[in-house]
Amino acid sequence: MITIDLTDQPIDVPAALQLVQADGAGAVNTFIGTVRNKSTGRPVVRLEYEAYDSMALHQLRKVATQAQELWPMLENVVVVHRKGTLQIGDVAVIVAVSTPHRAESFAACQYIIDTLKQVVTIWKKEFYEDGDVWVAAHP
Amino acid sequence: MNLKIALFGIAKEIVGQSVLEVNAPNDQPVQQLLEQLRAQYPALGQLSSLAVAVNNEYATDTQLLHERDEIALIPPVAGG
Repeated sequence: MITIDLTDQPIDVPAALQLVQADGAGAVNTFIGTVRNKSTGRPVVRLEYEAYDSMALHQLRKVATQAQELWPMLENVVVVHRKGTLQIGDVAVIVAVSTPHRAESFAACQYIIDTLKQVVTIWKKEFYEDGDVWVAAHP
Repeated sequence: MNLKIALFGIAKEIVGQSVLEVNAPNDQPVQQLLEQLRAQYPALGQLSSLAVAVNNEYATDTQLLHERDEIALIPPVAGG
């Protein structure tokens, strides 16, 4: 089962872990992305995520489906991404997968977060004490 | 035909609005729309990448646009 969500509320990590659990799974692998207090040495005070919701949800589901094709033993996939204003330490994204054995859980989890970063239509603006920058916008 | 283009992130800031209406010849390919927008808003040409999405999928340069399509301009994404 694939569960995808995009929310402007704090991400409920225990709920995601409960959703990913499967009786046939001996492994649950989780990636949690959090807001860091600096970026290339510059102190960050907060982040803002903006999403093209319909496409982001569609692309997230596609990435999860691709992972299931690559690792057919995947039991459940849960991906939840936050949007709006986030403070230091807040959870920005959770990717959780369950598989019968651990090796595939690491690989599938990494594939999903790496591909998410490349294709999912979410934008991040970092705010510093003296300005702000859209991350990755310029070479 | 009249195209409505949804804008996000830095593209929205550069253009100064969240939806841009563009008059384009019928069956205009994506590449031509991008050229037209970069000419009109040179700051779009300075981005690391600029893609067009049609109906929630990334479009190819040669894909033809239609008035009923849901079109969006996609500056470099930075989720996660």
